[in-house]
Amino acid sequence: MKPQEYQKLVQENSPPRPLLRNMLWAFFVGGLICTLGQLVLNFAMQAESTKAEAAAVTLAVMILVGTILTAFGVYDELAEFGGAGAAVPITGFANTVTSAAMEFRREGLLLGMGAKMFIIAGPVIVFGILSGFLVALTKALILGLF
Amino acid sequence: MSNRVGEHTVTFSRGPRIISSHTVVGPLEGEGPYALDFDEILPDDELGQKTPEKTERLMLEIVLEKTLQKRNTKIDDVQFIIAGDLLNQITTSTLASSTFAAPFLGVYGACSTFAEAMGLAATLLQGDFAEQVLIGTASHYQTAERQYRYPIELNVQHISSNQHTVTGAGAALLGFSDQGPQVTHATFGAIVDMGLKDAQDMGSAMAPAAFSTIKQHLKDTGRSLEDYDMVLTGDLGKQGRKMLRILLTKEGVPGLERLQDGGSQIYSESQKAGAGGSGAACIAVMTLGYGLNMLKYHKAQRILIVATGALLSPLTVLQGESIPCIAHAIALEA
Repeated sequence: MKPQEYQKLVQENSPPRPLLRNMLWAFFVGGLICTLGQLVLNFAMQAESTKAEAAAVTLAVMILVGTILTAFGVYDELAEFGGAGAAVPITGFANTVTSAAMEFRREGLLLGMGAKMFIIAGPVIVFGILSGFLVALTKALILGLF
Repeated sequence: MSNRVGEHTVTFSRGPRIISSHTVVGPLEGEGPYALDFDEILPDDELGQKTPEKTERLMLEIVLEKTLQKRNTKIDDVQFIIAGDLLNQITTSTLASSTFAAPFLGVYGACSTFAEAMGLAATLLQGDFAEQVLIGTASHYQTAERQYRYPIELNVQHISSNQHTVTGAGAALLGFSDQGPQVTHATFGAIVDMGLKDAQDMGSAMAPAAFSTIKQHLKDTGRSLEDYDMVLTGDLGKQGRKMLRILLTKEGVPGLERLQDGGSQIYSESQKAGAGGSGAACIAVMTLGYGLNMLKYHKAQRILIVATGALLSPLTVLQGESIPCIAHAIALEA
């Protein structure tokens, strides 16, 4: 059998991914996390004077929640059915950093944890900054700020 | 070349046997359907070790040591140790074997490593290069995940074709005796690469290798699948098992009811282990546990082990290379 024939055979016989179920779970889990974030924000609005300050507090709290859930081995279980719903919010970002830090701790604090804790979060930061710059540049060009 | 039959098969007329063996598995495997076939079930994944790598090494040391103990053999009476595992530079095997003062041969065939080791051991015995050869392989879920995939606690959603690396180790002592299952044939496989690149579905990539080695073995020996009471493929998983059956059916090979798959069967459905088990320990513990018990309790007279391996590395996956695969077949008789 030729490789192309076999590849086609595999394609025909691969189980379909449960897209609808995954999307519903992602919606539910992601929504739950965002609702929690909103509750924290509402609470923080009472304590902080500006919305930006309240948002900063909310982010810090959500990062803490993501980190603690990761440390107790809960977050990956949540992601198992929540998928992108658990990965996309900032709790998911905290999870990528914490899980890598935990994983590589055994090669030492400096060259293990220190060097590798951004091994998964790194690309998010790099392309996050890049896309942020491009959007800002586009805005500046359209509004003629130069 | 009187010890050869056909193109890829070697025969062992001197009758080397598995004269002693020992298996350990982790707690998850110990909750699976084959728990009673394994010699030792570990209470946890760590065994008091600081890292899973150390645990993996300790498991291999345990099985090598106990295999010798069961037979009352000293390491001085063993001419070769052949061992392998999944980690970079097969360090589990070298570290574990460093406490045994016998010539060491490291082998790598991913999940097929155990069959490669057994085939080589029987070849050394047949050639009168050794009286006794000790073989062993080990793998650990956590060490394999971090090397091939992601940190354990990362938010990853597994898909149904993902396989779960078996935590465990198996060792066997091969030599000459009037007891124990006899190793009669080994068909060493050639690399088969069908151009598949999806590291999330290694079963589909490995199935053509199993198919090719099974076909070669049957052609070389003039046997059919029905000459075996069981054909135990290694680590194809549910998806790979399905693809192998499709390939054999297309070819019109009879006797598919003899096929079983170690990876697909080591965990039960309720254990949520995706397509099943994999790892260097999987076929080792399934052969030495389940397979040998089938022979011992006369549920089978003759079995064929077809261990498959996906020979990818994280580097080749990122660089867009396809997954070269291999399968080695070992025929055992009670």
